[in-house]
Amino acid sequence: MRVADVRARLERLGSGVTFHVLRLGFASRFLAHLVVHSGTALRRFRLTTAEIYFAGVLSLIIILVSGMFVGMVLALQGYETLQRFGASESLGVLVALSLVRELGPVVAGLLFASRAGSAITAEIGLMKATEQLSAMEMMAVDPIARVVAPRFWGGVISMPLLAALFSAMGIFGGYVVGVQLIGVDAGAFWSQMQAAVDVRNDILNGVIKSLVFGIAVTWIAVFEGYDAPPTAEGVSRATTRTVVTSSLAILFLDFILTALMFTGGNHQ
Amino acid sequence: MQQSPAAQPIVEIRKLSFGYDRSRPVLRDINLQIPRGSVVGIMGQSGCGKTTLLRVIMGALRPSAGEAHVLGHTTNSLDGDGLYAMRRKMGMLFQFGALFTDLSVYENVAFPLREHAALPDELLNDLVMMKLQAVGLRGAAHLAPTELSGGMARRVALARSIALDPQLILYDEPFTGLDPISFGVIVRLIRELNDSLGATSVIVTHDVQEALRVVDYVYFMAAGRVIAQGRPDEIRRSDEPFVRQFVNGSSEGPVPFHYPAPGYDADLELAAPEPQASH
Repeated sequence: MRVADVRARLERLGSGVTFHVLRLGFASRFLAHLVVHSGTALRRFRLTTAEIYFAGVLSLIIILVSGMFVGMVLALQGYETLQRFGASESLGVLVALSLVRELGPVVAGLLFASRAGSAITAEIGLMKATEQLSAMEMMAVDPIARVVAPRFWGGVISMPLLAALFSAMGIFGGYVVGVQLIGVDAGAFWSQMQAAVDVRNDILNGVIKSLVFGIAVTWIAVFEGYDAPPTAEGVSRATTRTVVTSSLAILFLDFILTALMFTGGNHQ
Repeated sequence: MQQSPAAQPIVEIRKLSFGYDRSRPVLRDINLQIPRGSVVGIMGQSGCGKTTLLRVIMGALRPSAGEAHVLGHTTNSLDGDGLYAMRRKMGMLFQFGALFTDLSVYENVAFPLREHAALPDELLNDLVMMKLQAVGLRGAAHLAPTELSGGMARRVALARSIALDPQLILYDEPFTGLDPISFGVIVRLIRELNDSLGATSVIVTHDVQEALRVVDYVYFMAAGRVIAQGRPDEIRRSDEPFVRQFVNGSSEGPVPFHYPAPGYDADLELAAPEPQASH
């Protein structure tokens, strides 16, 4: 009995691992197919700009408001710590580096996954469930080229822009709390930030991070939508999987990218 | 002697079998021919394989055995480009229309034209209006699909499916869920559009009486096989028990009321009566 139990558990584990490896393989082939068939999305760029509007512009409010509050909290917490060491004038550096390197790309990515990623999955999944994608195929139109690729590139383009706006709003929120409310010297706040934040090592790396997160989130979102079983429950589960998988992917990729970007000995 | 192209059937299926896996064949040894210009019905109860057969004809499924020749193409060996080239000559009406919900009625009908023909806006507008006029919905061009009734949505989908003047039009359960007036409109449109476009139509349906009003020839399917075929009057007079049950809508016949199940006593957990002791 005990041997049978162990064997059953091992079989379940094995089939689970096989399922996820197979799914990763399908998702990779899907991405390759999507990239190869992106000609329509790039040639008829208005298809992509429409998706930039849906994924990017319509996410602006949540991104800007969240960025503002994150920056304000950073300033409050940072000031508390810095003043113990007599370094409260470095508040601008702390806020800017925290946002540009980490919080901007990561939090904007998480918000993007929740707001735009889930919407992309639900939309593609419902199009599949209502046979709109099949109808497109019957009209000799490739749904990956016409529906999926514009959404993918729209998301990839939107994400770095949203992360940049998140960081900018965060810095503004930090300025409001640190300088206007607490009374940190405005000159020190801005000049120290300007001196410490490096365009290549900080800003460019942040942009690269947000671009990678944009690719990951949008890839997961379009794949989950396209692969969703054509039922209400199937679309619902796919939408949930998009948010969960994207969030974990962002955090995992952030660790990898941070390890690669910021642990070199030459960076201060 | 070789047949002229006009005399050749537009769809010819020979000894075709299909299954999603080897243990569950869905289609078995199907043979059928669909002549140009005709309206042909494929009928049978739900789950008999008729929609699967339609999907084989449209090239969405590859047969496990046998051949499907459609519009001069052998679908077994078509690659992606070949498949799309074949489908440009086809139109398809889905069960519930499958209209693009983010586009207006006008843009739905214009969609295949925009994708496949670089037409000036004026000409595109004329074509869209002509197609909508043909289905009686020119006045609904500005509406969204969510503002349409089921019958109107089906007619818009029909206008979209004939936008490129197809040679072959496929209908998947076109009568499902329609009120009697919409029903009559769709039946009339199928016949009129087929004849005016010089197209060929294949209707997959289980609405047998209504379909028999419009089709020229019928293939009856059961359990993945073609079990009867003929003109509508021949089908109405058929002695085949399954066809008689289906045409008459009877609960008595070869199609059982009960899905196969183990003994009723076992499900009710009734104990078998103990044998009487012999005296």
